[in-house]
Amino acid sequence: MESIMKTIEQTTDEILNLAATHFKFPRTELQAGDDFYKKLGIDSLQALELLTRLENHFGVELPDYEVQGVSDFHTLAARIQARL
Amino acid sequence: MLDLAKYDSLGAALRDGLWRWSEEVCLIEADRDRERSRLTYRQFGRAAEFVAAALEESGFAAGDRAAIIMTNQPKWLLSAYAVFFAGGVLVPLDYKLSAGEHLQLLAHSKAQILFVEYPLWRAILQAPGFREHKLQTVVVSEAPPTADLAGAMRWEEFRGARAAVLRLRKQTDTACIVYSSGTGGHPRGCVLTHDNYLEQCAAVTPVFPFSPGTRYLSIIPTNHAIDFMGGFLMPFTGGGTVIHLRTMRPEFIREAFTKYKITYMAVVPLILKNLQRGLREKFAALPAAKRKMLDALMAVNRALTRGRPRPGLSRALLKDVHKAFGGGLRALLVGGAFTEPATIEFFHDIGIPIYNGYGCTEACTAITLNDQRPFRPDTVGKPVRGMEIRIVAPDADGIGEVAARSKTVMSEYLDDPEMTAETIVDGWLMTGDLGRVDATGHLQLFGRKKNMIVTAEGKNIYPEDIENNFEGIAVKEFCVFAANYIWPQHSMTGEQLVLVLHLEPGHTVNDSLLQELSRRNMRLLNYKRVSGFLAWDQDFPRNAAMKIRRVILAGQIGKQLERGAMVTL
Repeated sequence: MESIMKTIEQTTDEILNLAATHFKFPRTELQAGDDFYKKLGIDSLQALELLTRLENHFGVELPDYEVQGVSDFHTLAARIQARL
Repeated sequence: MLDLAKYDSLGAALRDGLWRWSEEVCLIEADRDRERSRLTYRQFGRAAEFVAAALEESGFAAGDRAAIIMTNQPKWLLSAYAVFFAGGVLVPLDYKLSAGEHLQLLAHSKAQILFVEYPLWRAILQAPGFREHKLQTVVVSEAPPTADLAGAMRWEEFRGARAAVLRLRKQTDTACIVYSSGTGGHPRGCVLTHDNYLEQCAAVTPVFPFSPGTRYLSIIPTNHAIDFMGGFLMPFTGGGTVIHLRTMRPEFIREAFTKYKITYMAVVPLILKNLQRGLREKFAALPAAKRKMLDALMAVNRALTRGRPRPGLSRALLKDVHKAFGGGLRALLVGGAFTEPATIEFFHDIGIPIYNGYGCTEACTAITLNDQRPFRPDTVGKPVRGMEIRIVAPDADGIGEVAARSKTVMSEYLDDPEMTAETIVDGWLMTGDLGRVDATGHLQLFGRKKNMIVTAEGKNIYPEDIENNFEGIAVKEFCVFAANYIWPQHSMTGEQLVLVLHLEPGHTVNDSLLQELSRRNMRLLNYKRVSGFLAWDQDFPRNAAMKIRRVILAGQIGKQLERGAMVTL
């Protein structure tokens, strides 16, 4: 049986995979510490679109304000991890 | 709608609206695809007047100040009405500011009461400097049952024992202190009177009439001037319904259009562009024949609606597109920042009227409004009723600074006579924006005269405000400019901030400094970040008080360096 708890590294990795797919961006060029606004060239609403996709994947719900000010994948992963 | 000319204060006008449409629904709270609550005008009045009674019993006097820090939700409006009912002055603060910035503005506004949501209160409690702050009463909403609120009261418990009595105010009394931006030591608190708001509401409502059954989708927080007008004062003085959507997620916005049969929505350009992108993707995915048919119908609609919007005709022509917007959409109001004409044109072609406007907090929201008669996407429209505009010191092309005069213009910046004197000159509000009025009376904008930028999210950013974020970096001196202030160009979009570095003699921008700059930049919210930096090798010109003389410095840099000298961060 697969462990329910994910490590932060696993969560981060899955976020990077989903971001790469969602924005059609090469996965190999994405790193945990990247500023996703800058790297993916997205605006704050596109970041929220990604967040919805992540919520569906991880089965959690994060209010918009919880990710306000978050701009790197690693911190985003930590916010999601805290709700898993 | 109510005849607002009869009223002296927002409290009295709103109260009469609550009486007149008592059985109509005034508020619906939607969270994603779930509906949390709905209130009739009667229920709203009852709930808010208990809060007003608690304010009065707590010693809150007429003219006292109460701040709100909340996301987009009904308790914002309940608190605001309670403050007006109790004769208070409202201080709406942007919930997206940092806790430190909240504390700074609370201190500057001298608010005695704070209405705040629990997660935001928790952040404020942890902010350095909180202990020195003196708030008389804090009312916290959405607090978990076991949460320690550090002496604050719960929203549910903040109820007066006796019925509140409406405290009447004069037209010239202050209704709100609204911060148009400005933290970092220079807050710009616009002092707006009851008359300013009543006048603005009366001027704009004929263009966007509200009556029972009219539904406004609110996604911009109500601290934003556009939502305060379109999502509070206008519907509540006309018997309309406001639907608060507690998320900005594009997919839920789209869903709300059809679920609630929305009549109006106010957006900032960023949201409009997002809607446009979504529609474009859908259109592109259509089979070739359908796409061809859509293009043909759009061309017909475009030709037939040049002179004025014809919603019935557009809906009949482009049925499927309009169905996605709920079928009853009369207008999307866009403001807060400049909207590209191509975006407005896109929506015009599909028969969704975009009313773009131009305004600022200092003028109590709108200065001009494009009424689509005729369709002029290259302009920001004509002055709203009662508004005069003139172009100061126009150049050979007729372009100069836009000045505005109206009963809606603020009285002053709070506790800042110097900045007030610079901004209101002989009764004219100097906007700092560059424009030209064409032969038909439409205003066209061409850039900014002052050192600031406005983002697509409608945020005014004054470069000085973010300088403290770079305090202590290893350079001799530094400052932040709007790039267009150094190198003026006729553009209202894609504005950038640039960090100017004057290094110590013999120093260069090495890796360690670069890393530090990037780290500091990342600490800022994404829309506040500088785009790049410039190395400058001369002392900054300063006045006797050692303040940087920015106009002179920008002129010197602009003369000696090209925009291309900016290094991307």
